[in-house]
Amino acid sequence: MNLKTVLRAACAVALIGTTGAYADSHTVTVTIATVNNGDMIRMQGLTEDFTSQNPDIALEWVTLEENVLRQRVTQDIAAKGGQFDVMTIGTYEVPIWSRNGWLVSLNDLPPEWDADDLLPAIRAGLTVDGELYAAPFYGESSMVMYRTDLMEKAGLEMPDAPTWDFIRDAAAAMTDRDGEIYGVCLRGKAGWGENMAFITATSNSFGARWFDEDWRPQFDSEAWANTLNFYMDLMKSYGPPGSSTNGFNENLSLFQQGKCGMWIDATVAASFVTNPNDSTVADSVGFALAPDNGLGKRGNWLWAWSLAIPAGSDATDAAKKFVAWATSKEYTQLVASKEGWANVPPGTRTSLYENAAYLEAAPFAEMTLNSINAADPTQPTVDSVPYTGVQFVAIPEFAGIATLVGQEFSAALAGQQTVAEALEKAQALTVDEMEAAGY
Amino acid sequence: MARTVTTQRKSLNTAIAWGIGLLIFFPVLWTILTSFKTEAEAIADPPVFLFFDWTLENYAVVQERSDYMRFLWNSVIIAGVSTLVGIVVAVPAAWSMAFVPSKRTKDVLLWMLSTKMLPAVGALYPIYLIFIELGLLDTRTGLVIVMMLINLPIIVWMLYTYFREIPGEILEAARMDGATLRSEIIHVLTPMAVPGIASTILLNFILAWNEAFWTLNLTAAQSGPLTAFIASYSSPEGLFYAKLSAASTMAIAPILILGWFSQKQLVRGLTFGAVK
Amino acid sequence: MATQHSRSAARVMLAPAVFLLLVWMLVPLTMTLYFSFKRYLPLRGGDQGWVGFDNYVRFVTSSAFWPSVQTTLLIVGGVLLITVILGVLLALLLDQPMWGQGIVRILVIAPFFVMPTVSALVWKNMFMDPVNGLFAHLWKFFGLAPIEWLSQASMLSIVLIVSWQWLPFATLILLTAIQSLDSEQLEAAEMDGANPLARFGHIILPHLSQAITIVILIQTIFLLSIFAEIFVTTQGSFGTRTLAYLIFQRVLESQNVGLGSAGGVYAIILANIVALFLMRIVGKNLDA
Repeated sequence: MNLKTVLRAACAVALIGTTGAYADSHTVTVTIATVNNGDMIRMQGLTEDFTSQNPDIALEWVTLEENVLRQRVTQDIAAKGGQFDVMTIGTYEVPIWSRNGWLVSLNDLPPEWDADDLLPAIRAGLTVDGELYAAPFYGESSMVMYRTDLMEKAGLEMPDAPTWDFIRDAAAAMTDRDGEIYGVCLRGKAGWGENMAFITATSNSFGARWFDEDWRPQFDSEAWANTLNFYMDLMKSYGPPGSSTNGFNENLSLFQQGKCGMWIDATVAASFVTNPNDSTVADSVGFALAPDNGLGKRGNWLWAWSLAIPAGSDATDAAKKFVAWATSKEYTQLVASKEGWANVPPGTRTSLYENAAYLEAAPFAEMTLNSINAADPTQPTVDSVPYTGVQFVAIPEFAGIATLVGQEFSAALAGQQTVAEALEKAQALTVDEMEAAGY
Repeated sequence: MARTVTTQRKSLNTAIAWGIGLLIFFPVLWTILTSFKTEAEAIADPPVFLFFDWTLENYAVVQERSDYMRFLWNSVIIAGVSTLVGIVVAVPAAWSMAFVPSKRTKDVLLWMLSTKMLPAVGALYPIYLIFIELGLLDTRTGLVIVMMLINLPIIVWMLYTYFREIPGEILEAARMDGATLRSEIIHVLTPMAVPGIASTILLNFILAWNEAFWTLNLTAAQSGPLTAFIASYSSPEGLFYAKLSAASTMAIAPILILGWFSQKQLVRGLTFGAVK
Repeated sequence: MATQHSRSAARVMLAPAVFLLLVWMLVPLTMTLYFSFKRYLPLRGGDQGWVGFDNYVRFVTSSAFWPSVQTTLLIVGGVLLITVILGVLLALLLDQPMWGQGIVRILVIAPFFVMPTVSALVWKNMFMDPVNGLFAHLWKFFGLAPIEWLSQASMLSIVLIVSWQWLPFATLILLTAIQSLDSEQLEAAEMDGANPLARFGHIILPHLSQAITIVILIQTIFLLSIFAEIFVTTQGSFGTRTLAYLIFQRVLESQNVGLGSAGGVYAIILANIVALFLMRIVGKNLDA
């Protein structure tokens, strides 16, 4: 094609001009795509430790907001753009991408990296057919974070493993709308990683499931109606205003400002809400397992932000060195020495939860570990299902479908439609999308 | 314009205009003010306007996290070069449409504009594949090409409307004197069109600077402009209004200052042929 | 006046611009058409063969399609209405004699220099947030319950944000047009005893019609494809899913390139219908 030749020539000329300055034959550049979460920003700030050990490796960071990051890395890996050498992805992407042969196996990381030290639940989520395809940077489940002072004022005591009924009663007792204190803050912002993560995990404890054994969507089931009615009722009666646009970050900020009595969300938030620099309620936060309904499953999820290396990377060895550094025990020590034990990335290694200094500094450590251990991605629901994943379904179509479903639920929370309408639409569009995907 | 008005009337005009002007400007002002607050003050209830402990801490944090100058430089290069290349391509086209119009001129012009109506998202996948093939991903060259093509219709149209205001007799006189086409354009036309060209450059520089879809999706570490810089500050964990404000201020300040200093040129030129 | 020589020279000079735009239009268009007839799922190994018009049927019969067209037109129409009306009023005001006109003009054009992403972020967080936003504080000050802008008044919020960005543009063009108005004509009308409303209706508005046409044309081109404002604020929930956003969800969130490409073709058709409609108006007012 003529155009190609012309454009090639044009860009060749331009490239000669631009790359000349960068050309340094000895250094390998590793480009890392990551989320703008606190732990990743901290990692970025500590890179000097890595580059001083590896003077021949230069690190380039692309730090993006979560939604933009997902869009960028998915687009790049699906089209084989080869823009990144290390991608920050989660437990949802790892099984799907690795089955497509898009990720490099990390089984050959050095022995001192100690793969056996990884928490079994987390490791299992990142392993496909015996090959580890991503190294966990931090792992999380979800749990109840609550204000001990408000609980006391309400004359209640939070059990270690509360039921949903208790949560509702406690929320009612703590809510003080005139004082801008809302009994419970939950995710309402539409998105498969936002409200749908919470609602799907919750639905497990109500005995609901996304699909039955024949991949038939189940939004028309009674269990889903119960889940959604309970959630809506809780949020409308005791939730903050605008909860249909609140995601993790919005709720974190509300909790830190002392406006939430309880917040059921990611365990990593525990270190943020107990950090006196950011949180006005740091010294009065308690923790409990995510609630259940006595059906044998709790409403807690399992997730690990992990570092993976795309198969097309031209700096695989250097990328492996970086991944091993960022997810090592030494990195944990490094963060602890610079920022204190409470700030180390949690939820990935058994050794961390055996470390007395960490347990001392992190009052939430035990509950975090218990929550992670309580999640079972291989058997997430009461009734059996053909998929894995607690708060997601590990099929490529899930992200798209769940975001659309999440928008219907979010609209119901905003009062624009009833729960029944939302479920009906969710069922119809899921059937439609699954049909399009060939199920 | 030279209508005489009473002082009273003028005072009233002034009061209303300033009120509305400040109202429209307020979101920008509020962002700039918030960028100098601590995170706690940024969400204080009731909000604080001027009486708080002014701090530069947010700017320090943002600069420490991201290399602002690199993003800024990429923005300048991408917006600047794409606009200049666009002008070079557009001047002859606009000249020929303005001075040698044919029956099709209007159709060509409107067709050019209609290429801007295609939704960028629909073309992302094809363009991404082409960029991979040509090795243009995450290069400033690639973005310069895309930005130039996106803005070309607007550039052609603006130049066309300016050129049309130039009386044809002047060109004919030059031609009588034996000027070639090239010297006609360079020595006669261009000097007369300088104000128009200047405002065209300004407007398209602004449009390219603010474009946030292609600049985000076709870049990674090397060529990301300020739109990519902002994408790492939207909704992070915890309180972020002050840091977001600081990053926002850093992203819009250069273009705001440029725009204000050159607003006379911009205003004078921003007619799109709407004024005879 | 054009000689044969200059005519062929003109064609040569027009060629590069036309050629570049033709390539820019045709190459992606051809590829989009190609994908639109395929089952193309990158996450399931990519190309899975030809499927005829399946994607087109699926896209247009999905429950999200017509609402998204409606949303797109509502946003474009709403923003045009607000910016043109307020733009005319603002231009009339700025044309009046006053102190500090230059500074007021600077204040008014400022929003035009703000990136869409930044303006959406600022409005969403610092103004429309129902707990910490300035509007919430304002409402509470008057003893009212804060509005949940982005969920309860989602369309209004987005139209408001986008209008804020484009009002300066409309104002500036209209102001330039008003300033070119022959003031003697106005004074004569004033002498004849025409009241301000009649002066506006009979002299100013007809004079502005061409400028208004330009504003509508240029803004429509940009508004049909607005994306950042929706991505940042509602992500398409609460009835704000435009056609462009629906395509984005198909291509990027669902990774269904075939279906998204079919949507892209529909968007091109919609854009051309709007363009045709516009050109009929413009054709009259724009003697190009």
